[in-house]
Amino acid sequence: MTDSKYFTTTKKGEIFELKAELNSDKKEKKKEAVKKVIASMTVGKDVSALFPDVVNCMQTDNLELKKLVYLYLMNYAKSQPDMAIMAVNTFVKDCEDPNPLIRALAVRTMGCIRVDKITEYLCEPLRKCLKDEDPYVRKTAAVCVAKLHDINAQLVEDQGFLDTLKDLISDSNPMVVANAVAALSEIAESHPSSNLLDLNPQSINKLLTALNECTEWGQIFILDCLADYAPKDDREAQSICERVTPRLSHANSAVVLSAVKVLMKFMEMLSKDLDYYSTLLKKLAPPLVTLLSAEPELQYVALRNINLIVQKRPEILKHEMKVFFVKYNDPIYVKLEKLDIMIRLASQANIAQVLAELKEYATEVDVDFVRKAVRAIGRCAIKVEQSAERCVSTLLDLIQTKVSYVVQEAVVVIKDIFRKYPNKYESVIATLCENLDSLDEPEARAAMTWIVGEYAERIDNADELLEGFLEGFHDESTQVQLQLLTAIVKLFLKKPTETQGLVQQVLSLATQDSDNPDLRDRGYIYWRLLSTDPVAAKEVVLAEKPLISEETDLIEPTLLDELICYIGTLASVYHKPPSAFVEGGRGVVLKSLPPRTASSESTESPETTPAGVPTGEQPDAIPAQGDLLGDLLNLDLGPPASGPPLPASSVQMAAVDLLGGGLDSLMGDEPEGIGGPNFAAPPAAAAPANVGAAMGSGLSDLFDLTSGVGTLSGSYVAPKAVWLPAMKAKGLEISGTFTRQVGSISMDLQLTNKALQVMTDFAIQFNRNSFGLAPAAPLQIHAPLSPNQTVEISLPLSTVGSVMKMEPLNNLQVAVKNNIDVFYFSTLYPLHILFVEDGKMDRQMFLATWKDIPSENEAQFQIRDCPLSADAASGRLQSSNIFTVARRNVEGQDMLYQSLKLTNGIWVLAELRVQPGNPSFTLSLKCRAPEVSRHVYQAYETILKN
Amino acid sequence: MIHSLFLINCSGDIFLEKHWKSVVSQSVCDYFFEAQEKAADVENVPPVISTPHHYLISIYRDKLFFVSVIQTEVPPLFVIEFLHRVADTFQDYFGECSEAAIKDNVVIVYELLEEMLDNGFPLATESNILKELIKPPTILRSVVNSITGSSNVGDTLPTGQLSNIPWRRAGVKYTNNEAYFDVVEEIDAIIDKSGSTVFAEIQGVIDACIKLSGMPDLSLSFMNPRLLDDVSFHPCVRFKRWESERVLSFIPPDGNFRLISYRVSSQNLVAIPVYVKHSISFKENSSCGRFDITIGPKQNMGKTVEGITVTVHMPKVVLNMNLTPTQGSYTFDPVTKVMTWDVGKITPQKLPSLKGLVNLQSGAPRPEENPSLNIQFKIQQLAISGLKVNRLDMYGEKYKPFKGVKYITKAGKFQVRT
Repeated sequence: MTDSKYFTTTKKGEIFELKAELNSDKKEKKKEAVKKVIASMTVGKDVSALFPDVVNCMQTDNLELKKLVYLYLMNYAKSQPDMAIMAVNTFVKDCEDPNPLIRALAVRTMGCIRVDKITEYLCEPLRKCLKDEDPYVRKTAAVCVAKLHDINAQLVEDQGFLDTLKDLISDSNPMVVANAVAALSEIAESHPSSNLLDLNPQSINKLLTALNECTEWGQIFILDCLADYAPKDDREAQSICERVTPRLSHANSAVVLSAVKVLMKFMEMLSKDLDYYSTLLKKLAPPLVTLLSAEPELQYVALRNINLIVQKRPEILKHEMKVFFVKYNDPIYVKLEKLDIMIRLASQANIAQVLAELKEYATEVDVDFVRKAVRAIGRCAIKVEQSAERCVSTLLDLIQTKVSYVVQEAVVVIKDIFRKYPNKYESVIATLCENLDSLDEPEARAAMTWIVGEYAERIDNADELLEGFLEGFHDESTQVQLQLLTAIVKLFLKKPTETQGLVQQVLSLATQDSDNPDLRDRGYIYWRLLSTDPVAAKEVVLAEKPLISEETDLIEPTLLDELICYIGTLASVYHKPPSAFVEGGRGVVLKSLPPRTASSESTESPETTPAGVPTGEQPDAIPAQGDLLGDLLNLDLGPPASGPPLPASSVQMAAVDLLGGGLDSLMGDEPEGIGGPNFAAPPAAAAPANVGAAMGSGLSDLFDLTSGVGTLSGSYVAPKAVWLPAMKAKGLEISGTFTRQVGSISMDLQLTNKALQVMTDFAIQFNRNSFGLAPAAPLQIHAPLSPNQTVEISLPLSTVGSVMKMEPLNNLQVAVKNNIDVFYFSTLYPLHILFVEDGKMDRQMFLATWKDIPSENEAQFQIRDCPLSADAASGRLQSSNIFTVARRNVEGQDMLYQSLKLTNGIWVLAELRVQPGNPSFTLSLKCRAPEVSRHVYQAYETILKN
Repeated sequence: MIHSLFLINCSGDIFLEKHWKSVVSQSVCDYFFEAQEKAADVENVPPVISTPHHYLISIYRDKLFFVSVIQTEVPPLFVIEFLHRVADTFQDYFGECSEAAIKDNVVIVYELLEEMLDNGFPLATESNILKELIKPPTILRSVVNSITGSSNVGDTLPTGQLSNIPWRRAGVKYTNNEAYFDVVEEIDAIIDKSGSTVFAEIQGVIDACIKLSGMPDLSLSFMNPRLLDDVSFHPCVRFKRWESERVLSFIPPDGNFRLISYRVSSQNLVAIPVYVKHSISFKENSSCGRFDITIGPKQNMGKTVEGITVTVHMPKVVLNMNLTPTQGSYTFDPVTKVMTWDVGKITPQKLPSLKGLVNLQSGAPRPEENPSLNIQFKIQQLAISGLKVNRLDMYGEKYKPFKGVKYITKAGKFQVRT
């Protein structure tokens, strides 16, 4: 007799049959019927039609039947709220039952029924249960408060349940304490500002006591809560650490990792000279290593966290390299993470072992893994100088295998090795050149081109090699084209006599036949440089390059510190602060590591950075504006900005100046003397025009591409325009436009990475603006943006941000952050995105308002060259929420009376005069805020002409 | 916390769903299927997947995916641990954790899930408590139930639920009081081509089967407790006693449980009981290769090494293998390219070997990599780390229990590179 029989009655009339069985007099039959219903529910079948019949079975002494009915109720009550009320009486009665199990079951189930009407009835029983004599009931009730809060937060606050919950932290039973903490933490997450978990030394003490006695899950809740506490001095931190360390030996890995988080955080406060500090360091290693012998899923999460810990405190695991060695049957996601940590731990002491391992991995089967292993060898060379030679020879061995992807990865990393150790390993160039033909990936081709250009003087046939590349110039990716351009210019500067033709060819290819603006710009810069002052060109192009840093992919220190506070959470798996991905920016509280309180610094009052408290407070000194904006981005992403007002103009001015000045000096100045002896100057006069034309065509290309976007419904959408050119933003190019669809405004962005490195950690922030536009969600770019990659995203906007009048009115200043830097740009948004859907004014009202607005507020504009009929114009305007209220024909002219409303409630009334046969329209606008008229006119013009 | 759970079988059918908060549509699993497709191999599906509105955290166990849906920031380890606990519970209740077993007991499964989690917070995960709330199915019970009309849901509050020892139920009674301990050690090792050890460690556990009446308080001491410096304990073990006296003192749960797990990593303590002589070669421009491996005993402390199996994932270009074992039997699966040699035990007089030819796909390039050998073995009556139980004392109860300790050493992830 198994339960699979419950699935078998899938013939017609099943519901009907079940109904009959549910109403049977026999208890046993009833129970079987409910079981059948539950079985259907488990596979997602809709059995909500049986609601009244199932609920009727609720009043029973049979606990199993009762539980089954409750299971059903929880699933379907929401779809049948009126019927669910029928169950209330039974619940209320059960809450008074002498059996604590039944009391708890009732209050627990009631909390799961997400129906408003039921919650009202829940309050009284819940209040009783929170004070029940039985701890089992109390702990269930504690969780129920969190459930209720999720359904109706206001109700919970009004009923004072939060205070009762706080009292439960001092309960005598550890399980109740743990559940109260869990419930409070969950509630606090949706109310970042509320100081719910008001931790003080007394409550901490209670938590620490409960920690020893509650279940493993309770321990996790308590540890996570402890991590948010800011001890007042190093002594308190140490005593907490001492009481948390035993948790490191727990069998549950989540307990271990939460304990590690608390220790990592509080260690920050301990003085490094302390004996205890080094003891603690020693104690941290074994549990972390033990996590790696668990199931692969656990290993993965552990490894992501170890990656952070190793970056923060490399000393903890420096002797444990071997546990990160890869086994061939590890899942690929574990392999890649292990490899990453191996490189981080690589040092002079263990490099020989590491290299031997990496070489082993480079012959494995999995392509991704092999690539990463080869790359890792290069990173070792850069990190540990003593090993560079060994690494290079290992790489050469690998190149000999002639396996295409191995060779290509090797070439890419050898380029980096050359940059790190100039003039040391160039002897291998010959070997590299032999493999030129097998390179078919852009990154490898670009790297090889760079090497040839950089060492052109040592490669006899450098010109032939580069010429070979040049043949298929247009088929190469941008990355390779750019490298090729630079390499040939380098070659020319080194061997001017033989390579003139080549350089001419590449310059004309880059400037005339390419529609990539980056390539063109670089081409023009070289051309001018070469023609104006070859000596200067030499200085610029062949300048000494800055050495590359040892570790290429370290997490930025401030982010790392923040992530350390999130050990064990999703943030630690994604290596992103929660603000970057938690839905809707809900409940993001910035966490920061506590400051080290060495005795000498004890003057610093402890409340300057209490962790867990929103650190939005402003520093005393007013920082430079740039910093301020940067700070804003770092600190306060997600929830609508409430930061300080930004002095607007300066940031924007600087930006404009940079562009203007830069362009002037690039384009405007006519080259006077022609510098290069054998060098023909580019057609000087033609050049700027040429650029203009090219730009134009480039832009229209862009327009063609995007013109399809947004025409489905909603307001007119302008094509995307470049807002932030790549040259101003270290390779990040942003273009975008604004849309309004079905009442929601969004900013459609296209981000292109034109740099050579991967971009991650994107975030966006607006300055205050005239209509309170603000991002309604964080910028969601999950995957890192690799070079030459483009992403399109739509950022929803709200109009509830802070308001400050801007000049011009529709100016929007935006800051975008990524892992490289913070960039600023400003853009003008078309006003029609602010026209709301209910902007149609009643006819009478229109008349009255029109009369009411003084005539000095009237503005008149001409819209020229608009060959539309009145009907067509009206239709087009309507789709952008400009509504025709009335229409009249006066002396052959069509007069359209129109109204629109802005998001901030300002009404604008318009009279549009259309004469048949005359393409000019006359527009009169009346509004109580006359400043907007000009922009409304612009909106009219854009809508009508596009 | 944990929002919903979906159970998915290998062919991609969602055969059970359970929601602890509002209902989340099955369509959320599409993101999981997408990731699964990308991963090619079921074992390579990443455990944490983000979707526009939810996060999916999954484990793969016993050919089933347990996919949980979460919406807020939750420690992923917490979720993964919990999912494993769910699988353990199914195993415990139904004897196996399989689609068939779950479908056969779907109502119990549903009741269990409801009991294990409330609003996404774990409620009761200890098997002792769960069994008091919901009795595991047995044939006898279902017969009795159908006659008497009683149910398999307990109607009193489990006693352990709130005491300081939530893992033990009260009123345990046995006629034969027994306490057995299994010391199981697994050797994880990577041996390189030349036979030297790249990495080796011992993962040890002590599993206990305790059937003692009343509230026994046990203490277990070792001859050489210093060996154990990296340990994880069952919550019942008193950490303070261990810290100060190196004695395991505990009130045990009733039945089977894992008392401690430990790791011994210092290289010199890890003895490698077998060695492998190997020569695997593929000739250039020819469609065959040679395969020759021999296994011999190394440091086996005078015990027999038995139950040896060698598993080799051969390169893709291998079509077939033509081998002769001196002992045992071998199989080669031409689809998965896995060669398995079931050796049995080593007799030092005549070392087992496996020799022969490998047929390669003609025309394909010579494989770059040589395959790794995966070796399984067992040694009875030996804990390779040298760990020895000294004595077991019982306090708090008057009867004399029957006690026993068994040692066994096994290969864990034991790999030999060639």
